[in-house]
Amino acid sequence: MDHTFHLPNSGHNFDAKSSKLGMWLFLYTELLLFGGLFLVYMVYRELNSEAFLLASFKLNVWMGTFNTVLLITSSMTIAMSITALQKGNKKLSVNLMWLTIIAALGFLVVKYFEWGAKFEHGLVPGMEHYDTLPMGERLYFYLYFFMTGLHGLHVIIGAIFILFVIRGVNKGTVTPERYSLSENAGLYWHLVDLVWIYLFPLFYLIH
Amino acid sequence: MTVDALPYTDFYKAKKGIWSWLFTLDHKRIALLYLYAIISFFLVGATLGILMRLELFQPGKDIIEPQTYNQIFTLHGVIMIFLFIIPSIPAIFGNFLLPLILGTDDVAFPKLNLLSFYLYVLGALFALSTLIFGDGPADTGWTFYAPYSVKTGTNVTMSVLAAFILGFSSILTGLNFIVTIHRLRTPGMGFNQMPLFSWALYATSWIQVLATPVIGITLLMIVAERVFGIGLFDPSIGGDPILYQHLFWIYSHPAVYIMALPAMGVVSEIIPTFAQRTIFGYKAIAYSSMAIAFIGYFVWGHHMFTSGMSGPAAIIFSILTFLVAIPTSIKVFNWLATLYKGSIVIDTPLLYALAFIFNFLIGGLTGLLLGALAADVHVHDTYFVVGHFHYVMFGGTGFAFFGALHYWFPKIWGRMYNKKVANTAFAIFLIGFNILYFPMLILGIMGMPRRYYDYLPEFTSLNQISTVGSWITVTGIILMLINLIVAARKGEKAPDNPWNGITLEWQTKSPPPLENFDKMPQIPEGGPYNFPNAYKHKH
Ligand code: HEM
Ligand SMILES: [Cu+2]
Repeated sequence: MDHTFHLPNSGHNFDAKSSKLGMWLFLYTELLLFGGLFLVYMVYRELNSEAFLLASFKLNVWMGTFNTVLLITSSMTIAMSITALQKGNKKLSVNLMWLTIIAALGFLVVKYFEWGAKFEHGLVPGMEHYDTLPMGERLYFYLYFFMTGLHGLHVIIGAIFILFVIRGVNKGTVTPERYSLSENAGLYWHLVDLVWIYLFPLFYLIH
Repeated sequence: MTVDALPYTDFYKAKKGIWSWLFTLDHKRIALLYLYAIISFFLVGATLGILMRLELFQPGKDIIEPQTYNQIFTLHGVIMIFLFIIPSIPAIFGNFLLPLILGTDDVAFPKLNLLSFYLYVLGALFALSTLIFGDGPADTGWTFYAPYSVKTGTNVTMSVLAAFILGFSSILTGLNFIVTIHRLRTPGMGFNQMPLFSWALYATSWIQVLATPVIGITLLMIVAERVFGIGLFDPSIGGDPILYQHLFWIYSHPAVYIMALPAMGVVSEIIPTFAQRTIFGYKAIAYSSMAIAFIGYFVWGHHMFTSGMSGPAAIIFSILTFLVAIPTSIKVFNWLATLYKGSIVIDTPLLYALAFIFNFLIGGLTGLLLGALAADVHVHDTYFVVGHFHYVMFGGTGFAFFGALHYWFPKIWGRMYNKKVANTAFAIFLIGFNILYFPMLILGIMGMPRRYYDYLPEFTSLNQISTVGSWITVTGIILMLINLIVAARKGEKAPDNPWNGITLEWQTKSPPPLENFDKMPQIPEGGPYNFPNAYKHKH
C-alpha cells in the first residue's frame, strides 16, 4: 500500500484563507455577544431616558475622549505593523505592535482611574449610595460596568493576542510570507476598537 | 459480498494508549469521544425521565418530593437539550463524516476541534456539579426564566454557566465546520455537488455561530444578577422579565433548528441510499435548509404569546411561524418522491428514517397548533407542549440520531450488527415512544399543566398508559444499544460499502485509515446521488 499518498485538500495543511475565514466567523460571534447587551441598553434607555441622561453626567467625558483617541491610534499602529510585516520590515512591525500594546495599557490605566472614582462615589452596584439612586440610574451604572468591563476584558485578550504575534515574529513562525496570525490579531484589535466607538457615545455623550 | 483483504492500518490501530485518545487531533477519534460522552448523558437524562414518569403513575406524592421533582425536570431538560440533542448529530456524525463525505482527511482546525470537546466536558462537569455543591440542581426549568431564576436558592449559577460553556463548544464546532466546507472540499466538488448532510451541517453551523452568543451574554447577565445582587430582569429593581424571555428565545428558537436540521440531513442521506435512486429535488432540499435557518431567526416570539405581547407583534410572529412549515414540508415531499418507484431495500436505517418522518409530522403539526394564537392560549404550558417537543426532538432528531448510528455503524466499526435484533429493538422503541407521548397530547388538550408532580384524578388512566410507554421505550433503547455494543466487539466483518452507498465515505475502508483515503476519492458523475444502476432496477 502506498503510504506516501497525501490529499491535496488536507485539513493539516497551512491555509491562510481558512484561518482568516475562521477569524471573521469568530468576530461575528463577538459582535453578537455585545449585540445582546446593546439591545438591553436600547430597551432600558428608551424606558428611562431621563435617568440615563442624568447618570451620564457623572462620567468623565475627558477621560473617555482620551481613551477613544488612544484606541483609534492603536488601531492605526496595528494596521501599520501588518503592512510593515508584509513588506518585510520585521523590526518596524514589532515596534509598532509594542506601541499598540502600550496604548492598550494606557487605556486600561485610564479606565482604572475612572472606575476608581466611581468606587469612591459609591456608584458601583452593591454599594450603599448606589442603592439610593433612582431605578434608571442604577440600571445605567449596572450596564456601564457590565459593558465597559466586558470590553476591558477584550482589551486585555487583544493585547495578549498581539504579544503572541510578537513572539511569533521573533521566533520566525510569523513571517512576511506567512502573516495570517498577525492579520487576525489586527482584525481582533479593530473589533475591540469598534466596540468602544459605540460604547463611548452611548455612555458619555448622551444628550 | 467480499471483504477487502488488503492489509492496512485503521485509525484505531494507528496509535496506541489512552493519551493517543485523550489528546487526539483525529476527527474520527474526537467523534467517538463525543459519542461515548453523549450517549452516557442520554442514559442519565432518560433515567431522570423514567423517574418522573414513575412519580406520575398515580395522583399524589409517590416516590419524589415536590421540590425534588422540580429539580429533576430541570436537570432532565438541561441534560437532554444542552448535553444530548444539540451536540448529538453534529458533534458525533458531523465530526466523523463531514471530512469523509467531502473527501478530505480532517476538519479545518483539528486543535480547535479538540478544544470544543474539552469545553463540552467542562460544561458537563459544571452541570453535574450542581448535584454535589450548593443547594442542589436548579429548579427553574431548563428555560431559567427570570425573576425566579434570580431569586431561587438552588444552584442556578452553575447550571447557567454550564449552558454558557456548552454554548462556546457549540460555536467552535460550527465555526470549524463552516471553514471546512468552504475550504476542504475535494477538488471538483462544488457546493451543489456536496452531499445533503453537509448542506444540513452548513446551515446548522451558521445558526450555531450566529445565535449562540446571544444566549451566552443573556446567561452571563443572569449570573451577574445573582452574584452581585443587582438586576436587569428582576422587576422589583426596575428590570424587565419579558426582556429576558425575548433574549432567551432569540437563541433558543433557532436552537430548535440546530437540533432538527442535522437530523433532516441524515434522512436525506439514508433515503436515496435505500431507494438506490437519485434524490428528488436536490436543490430544493439543500436550499430549504438555508431557508429554515433564516426564517428560524424571526419566530422566537411564538413562545411568548401568553407572556404579554402586543397584538400586531403576536400576529406577525404567528404568521412567520407558519412560514417555517413550508421549507420543512418541501423536504418531506422530496423524500417521499425519492422513495416513489425507487428500488427500496428495507433495512434498519431506513426504518429509522421513516419513523423520523412519521414522528416529525406529528411534532410539526402539533407545532402549527401551538403557533396559532387562539389555540396556543389554551394549550400553552400544558402537557400538549411536552408531547409536542418530545415528538420533534426525541421522535424526530432522536430517531434520526439512532438511524445515523445504524447507517454509519459499519463504516465506524467495520462490523455489522444483527439486523433482526436491530429491527425488533426499533419496533419496540417506536411503539413505546408513541404510547409514552401520544397520551400527553390528549392530556394537554384536557388541561393538565406541565411541571407538576401531581395531577387531578381524572387524568390518571392516560398518565398510566404514558408511564407504561416509558418502560417499553427504554426496553427498546436498551435492546438496541446492547445489540450495537455486541456488534462493535464481535460482529461479523462488514464490507467497505454494505449499503451500496454512493457518497465518498463509502469509497474508503471500514474502519477508515488514519488519513481517511489512500487514493484520490472519485466524485460520482452527474451529481452526488446519481446511482449508476438506479434506472435499470426500475424497468
Ligand atoms: C426516556 C425518555 C424520556 C422520558 C421518559 C421523558 C419524560 C419527560 C417528562 C415526563 C417531562 C415533563 C416534566 C413536567 O413537565 O412535569 C419531560 C420534560 C422534558 N423533556 Fe423529556 N423525557 C425523555 C426523553 C427526552 C429527550 C430525548 C429529550 C430531548 C431530546 C427530552 C427533553 C425534555 C425537555 C426539554 C423537557 C422540559 C423540561 C422543563 O420543563 O424544563 N426528554 N420529559
Ligand atoms: Cu420556537
